[in-house]
Amino acid sequence: MQHQLLSVIYIIASVLFIIGLKMMGNPKSARKGNLISAAGMCLAIAGTIFLHEGEVSTIVYVLIFLAIVTGTIIGWTTAKRVQMTKIPELVSMFNGMGGACAALISLIEFNHLYTANPAAMEDPVPAAAGTLICIISGLVIGSVSFAGSIIAFFKLNGTLEKPVRLPKYNYINLAILALVVIVSTQLFLSGSVALIYVLLALSLLYGVMFVFPIGGADMPVVISLLNSFTGVAAAFGGFLYGNHVMLTGGILVGSAGTLLTIVMCKAMNRPILQVIFGAFGTHAATASNDAKGNVRDISITDTATLMNYSKKVIIIPGYGLAVAQAQYAIHELQTILEDHGVEVKYAIHPVAGRMPGHMNVLLAEANVDYEKLCEMDDINPEFPTTDVVFVVGANDVVNPAAKTDPSSPIFGMPILEAENARNIIINKRSMNAGYAGIDNLLFYDPKTSMLFGDAKSVITRLVSELKQM
Amino acid sequence: MELIKNFLTLLSENEQMIYFVILSIFVGIEVIGGVPTVLHTPLMSGANAIHGVVIVGAIFVMLNTSQDDYISLVLGFFAVLLGTLNVVGGFVVTDRMLEMFKKK
Repeated sequence: MQHQLLSVIYIIASVLFIIGLKMMGNPKSARKGNLISAAGMCLAIAGTIFLHEGEVSTIVYVLIFLAIVTGTIIGWTTAKRVQMTKIPELVSMFNGMGGACAALISLIEFNHLYTANPAAMEDPVPAAAGTLICIISGLVIGSVSFAGSIIAFFKLNGTLEKPVRLPKYNYINLAILALVVIVSTQLFLSGSVALIYVLLALSLLYGVMFVFPIGGADMPVVISLLNSFTGVAAAFGGFLYGNHVMLTGGILVGSAGTLLTIVMCKAMNRPILQVIFGAFGTHAATASNDAKGNVRDISITDTATLMNYSKKVIIIPGYGLAVAQAQYAIHELQTILEDHGVEVKYAIHPVAGRMPGHMNVLLAEANVDYEKLCEMDDINPEFPTTDVVFVVGANDVVNPAAKTDPSSPIFGMPILEAENARNIIINKRSMNAGYAGIDNLLFYDPKTSMLFGDAKSVITRLVSELKQM
Repeated sequence: MELIKNFLTLLSENEQMIYFVILSIFVGIEVIGGVPTVLHTPLMSGANAIHGVVIVGAIFVMLNTSQDDYISLVLGFFAVLLGTLNVVGGFVVTDRMLEMFKKK
């Protein structure tokens, strides 16, 4: 009876996951969708605990509840307290926790399998073979995802800023990967207990080495990829127990995550293999520097005047805006310009911020109207009729080299065509290169003026100038 | 030869499971196809919370571990703890993001 009820609960939970994920695809229903998935999760967890058949000692229940309560408190407070700019690293961290969970399950199940039936390990019959494949796959994928996510976390929060590349790192990584495969096969054939720890260590090492050489600009792709890895690891757990809710959840995320990864790569026009094996930024030094000319400064007052007498201003926000916490100030600027009869729009590059859509979240936090945020393809035709483009803390996404310079590492990446506007004002702290580490031709455009300074203080001063006009 | 035979047996024994996986993959692709860019980050975060379903496996492991198997109990405890972090943190942070999209 309990068993049948649990099956029904798992079916309901799976359907809730699918419906929830579907609803998250629309801004109007997204929040409800997330809550629906969460409800499905609660059902699945509660069902697993309370509808379990068989003898379970109290101490085990106590431990489970203790773990859930502790995890809930830590997870809840961290998620509530984190600043919106730090979301990407937090997602990466939570993803790593899921990967670690999957790897731990595999470790325990391996021990169970081994102690329960050592004979089966010597000559795996198909039934045990299937179990063993799931355990090994879950362990490898989970560990890679965990180690990779932790490295991605440190890269995003700035601890590991520069991509570290050992000489011939691709071959080293391939060698580690080959070792992982060899040890996995050996483990499958021999079932030796020591080997599983070797495999664990190798998988963790591969996760670290896999993410280490990848540059910061590609980190969103990596997180999305690791996210789908964890999904697959969860799905292997589902196989292991013939548990359908784990399978649905895991595979859904696995496939959805993979699609999301591809969409992101498309937005940056970088083939996924190039992200993983290519070295972004190593040609930076050789990228053409001959186009350098003079950059022109502009004062706050002149900028304010120029904007005030414009018909249409387009703001291009980048991660620099988020770092300076200037999203509220920019909303204020938008409001005051609109009060003065200027049409204001935001042009959002698909990879603005550190993740696709990250910028939208940051601006939404500052109460910017969702309708004001225009996607790249919709806004690009509008630049020629725009009086002022105001670029705040963005760089690579407006670099015309992506269209004109085949030697540029970002060549082919779709960009916001800010260079077509009548005036371009770029706010930056310095002339430093952007995330991709390359020079920006737009800065030397005769129509471009540079407004140096911290985004927040510059915009605040712009607003007070405008108030007096 | 023996290996191939075993492999084929494995496949045919799990035929339903394999259909299930294939269809789920398509559901996953279908469900998030055509999502506007603005929602990519919340979606990634939401999906991230959903794969926290791996916690079900962790709980299952704990429930099937005898109380004198200390190593498994400790590892299982951490598995449940980390899984909970993934689930709770994931859903809460997604909700915070989406809260900002509500109509003003």
